[in-house]
Formats: sequence, C-alpha cells, structure tokens
Amino acid sequence: MIRDAPIDDASLDRPKFRVPVLGQLYRWIRRYPVLPVIIAIGLAVMAIFAPWVAPNHPLESELDYLAAPPVWMEGGTWDYILGADKIGRDLLSRIIHGSRISLSVAFVVIICGSLIGSAIGIASGMAGGLWDEIAMRVVDLVYATPFLLIALVAAVVFGTSFQLVLTLLTIFSWPIFARQTRGLTLQLKNMDYVYSARVASASEFRIAFRHIMPGVVNTVVVIATLQIGSLILTESVLSYLGVGIPAPQPAWGSMVADGREFITTAWWVPVMPGAAIFLTVFAFNFIGDWLRDYLDPRLRQIH
Amino acid sequence: MVAVMIGISMIVFGLSRLTGDPRYLYMTQGTRWSQEAWDARGRELGLDKPMVIQYLVWAGNAVQGDFGNSLWHKRNSLRIIIEKLPATLQLSGISYLMAVVLGVTLGTISAVTRGSLIDIGVRSFALIGQAAPPFWLALILIFFFAVYLDILPTSRRGDWTHYVLPATTLAWLGSAGLARLTRSSLLEVLDSEYIKLARAKGVSTSKVILKHALKNALIAPLTVAAILLASFLSGTVVVETVFAWPGLGRLAVDATKNNDFPLITGITVIFAALFLVSSLLADLLYAYIDPRIRIYDS
Repeated sequence: MIRDAPIDDASLDRPKFRVPVLGQLYRWIRRYPVLPVIIAIGLAVMAIFAPWVAPNHPLESELDYLAAPPVWMEGGTWDYILGADKIGRDLLSRIIHGSRISLSVAFVVIICGSLIGSAIGIASGMAGGLWDEIAMRVVDLVYATPFLLIALVAAVVFGTSFQLVLTLLTIFSWPIFARQTRGLTLQLKNMDYVYSARVASASEFRIAFRHIMPGVVNTVVVIATLQIGSLILTESVLSYLGVGIPAPQPAWGSMVADGREFITTAWWVPVMPGAAIFLTVFAFNFIGDWLRDYLDPRLRQIH
Repeated sequence: MVAVMIGISMIVFGLSRLTGDPRYLYMTQGTRWSQEAWDARGRELGLDKPMVIQYLVWAGNAVQGDFGNSLWHKRNSLRIIIEKLPATLQLSGISYLMAVVLGVTLGTISAVTRGSLIDIGVRSFALIGQAAPPFWLALILIFFFAVYLDILPTSRRGDWTHYVLPATTLAWLGSAGLARLTRSSLLEVLDSEYIKLARAKGVSTSKVILKHALKNALIAPLTVAAILLASFLSGTVVVETVFAWPGLGRLAVDATKNNDFPLITGITVIFAALFLVSSLLADLLYAYIDPRIRIYDS
C-alpha cells in the first residue's frame, strides 16, 4: 500500500494522440474546482438578480397548482419547474429568492467575523500579557457556549429577526479567526524581519499592518471560505427551528420546515429547498478545501 | 471550567435583562396580573436591588436547581429537564459511538484502498455528510426507509428500530469529518520511514496498518472526536425535532415556541454543563492517548 507520490500526467510531457481541447478540459477539471466555482457563480447571479431570474413571484400563490409536482413527473408543468408548495407558490422562485437570504447572511457574517476576529487576534498576539490572556479566555468562553441554545434563548427574549441572526452568527464566528491569527502573529513577531522593522523604529501599528498582516491573510481567506458552508448550514438550522429569518421570507431552512409534513404526499416540497442548501454548501466546502490545499496546507485539521 | 460556567450563566442572565422588564419573560403573556402579583414577582426576582444582587439571586437559585417554574408546564423546570435527559443522553451516546467507529473505520479503509472505488465511495459519503443540512438528511432517510421501503418507524421513541434513523443521521454527520481526517493522517503516516522499514522487514500489510500506522495516525482524529462529543449534544436538538424524539432538544424548541423563558434558560445551563463535562473528558482522554501532552502541561 505504500506508493510514491502520484505522478502528474502533465509533468511527464509524453507525446499523446488525444483530442487536445478535451484533454485540456479534463486536466482543468482535475486541478481546479471548476464545477463548484460554476455553482457558486450561478448562485451569486441568482441571488443578485433574483426578481429577474425567478419565473414567478415567490409569495403569490396560484390555486390551480396546489402542490404541483416537478415538471418531469406526471402532472408537472413548465410554469412550475420544481413544483409548487401546499398553497401553490412556485418552489423554484422561492428557492431563487431564498438564495438571497442565505448568501447575504453568510457573506455579511463572514466579512464581519473575519475582520473582527483577525483584528483581535493580531492585536492580542502583538500585545501579549494580560490583554492576550483576557482575549483568549473570551475565545474559550464562546467556544464552550452551546450556540443553538443561546440562539433559542435570544429568540424568546428579542423575537426573531434578520438582524438577530446576523448578530448571533457574527458573535459565534469571530473566535476561530482570532485563535488562528493570534497563533500566527506569535510566530511572525519573532521573525528577524519584524525585529529589523522594530530596529528601524517602525510603530507597532505599522508592524501589524505592513509586516504581520500579509503573513496572516492567506489563513484568514482559507478559514473564511471554509466557514461559509457551515454558516449557511447554521442559518438554515436556525430557520428550520423557527428562530431564524421570520416567516413570509422564503429562507431555505423554513421552507423545509413548512414542507415537513408533506414528505409522504408531496416529497418535493421539503426536498427541493434542502437540495439547494446541500448544493450550495457542497460547492463552498469544495472551494474551501481546494483553497486550503493550495494556500495553506497547515490548516488540514480544520474541515 | 468553573469560570466558563459562570461566564455562560452571566450571558444567559444578561439576555434576560436586556429587554425592558424581565417580568414579562417570567409571566405568561396574554393573561392579566394583579398589581400585587406583579410587585411580588418583582421582589422575587430582586428587581428592586442592584444588578449584581439580581444576578446573585438568579445564580443562587440556579445552583439549587431552581430556574423558576415553567410557564407552559406550570411546574419546576429542572424536574421536567431531568425527566427528558435520559432520552437525549441515550440517543447522543449511541450515535456518538457509531460516529467514532464509523469515521475511523471508513477513514482507514479508504486510506488503505486509496484511488479505488471504495475510496471514492467513502469520500463521497464524507462530503455528503459535511454538506447536508441535518434536518434534510433526516427527512430523506425518513422518506426512503420509513415511507418508500416502510421498514422503519418515522418518529418517536420505542424499541430499537426507533433508534436506527435518528442515530444514523447523527452518526453520518459526525463521522464525515472524522473519516476525512483519519484518511489524510493515515496516508501521511503510511508514507513515513518507519512504515517502510516495517514493510521491508516483511511484516504483513494488515499488521503494518493495524499495529504500526494506526497508533500514530489516530491522534489527530481522536482529538477531533473528543471535540465532536460536545457538538453532538447540540446536533441532537435538530434531530430530535425532526424525529419527534422526546428529549431535551425537542423540549428546548417547544419551550421557544411557547415563549417559556424559565424552561429554556434551565435547558441552556444544563446543556452548557454537559458540554463542559464532555470537553473535560475529552482533555483527559487526549492526555491518555498522547503522552506528550502530559509532559507539556507539567
């Protein structure tokens, strides 16, 4: 079972009689996450241009099509490609509009979380001492807190809202960035070039921005990409449990929850939005994995 | 650990004081209360005293197991929680064991047969487990095994057949990351010099993998497995809701729907305690598996 490192076909440079374009394409697909990137771009386009892309209105119901099946099943129509839900709303249009919610939540949270987290991480790594200690204890505290339960408590106290979901997810997403960037900062700040900068009387601020940050960016980008998938999952879980995005909005998680009891009679009502979540998360995880191997293989433990 | 517990209790307490009058959270909404009852509840919660005292009153009661009466069930919250606890512990315990065994075995098999169809199968299994939302996976399993094939019950607790679907869902999600990690770290170890030496000596393949390689390769997956224990407790919340499992997770979701603040805070604190105990166990286990950790600490 012990083998040498796999030999890359491309490096061998043997003359082969292949259709050139197809071979190139195959090699591309092997090397880059082509399909996931296409899915991700497609999702982004869908989310941004939702009202123009969606064939029907996501909230208006058509009584002729109560629980209409998808087009490839008996009784399906091209007007409702993925079928309709129990009150005759087009599933595809709802999924397209739902992508707005999932993606915007994930991106807003990941941007806030990574900025806050890496700022705290770099600062506490640079400062050391008491501040570092306090910051890391807070990180431990957030790690030890059962997120879902706190989300439930918060939903009882404040009522559900878009802002609450954003706040909660941000509060629970920064620690991983803080911990990783702090570790890296501790390594980097003892490098010779940082000492040289200090000798050249660079300010702490300048060292942090010009000398530490470039060494941290790759890691932050990798973690951020890997986290997008799990953020989308978490948001969908919150919406499924009824403490996420409030009702008339077509969030993917709550669409599955609404269709739950139709699993025996009209399976496509809960299955289709779930499939959308699955595909999205799958695509982002794949891109994240690839980026990690490419930019920062040390992070192998974070999946 | 105690500090973390105090921190979490402060978060929960803080949430209760963030919106207006906390009495609204401790009294059933929509019913009319006499002025006397309103004032009495205020004194009970210590609202006439400073915030620190209020926290101490709340925490003191909580330590004695009194989170206040559940608004919905009209009885002591802790009593209800203790009734539901065994169902949750059983389900998460069984699925945790399944997840660890499954994850490590599948990871090992797929590393050993790298590049084969089995390997591709295991990797797809893991990728699906990492990307599928838990409630959706559960629904699909229900659809296939309980509706289409009709060989397993759809929900609720009962004989062993009722455990199969919820435990499989949880185990699938839990074992996914574990299988991937086992695979990659075993591949790394199999590439090292001492394995080559063992094979050069003529040690059989199975012995090399089981006795030489796995010992080193399993350190990373087992650390992750230990952390997983804590995330299992919250994973049960979703799975219990889908399968109508009468445990703590479902109780928490129901309490949220009923705006039952005392009950949901009680569950949160208990969950946090379970969380901490399991991560302590994880640390101990880790030190046992990897002796280098012990030297570092002392």
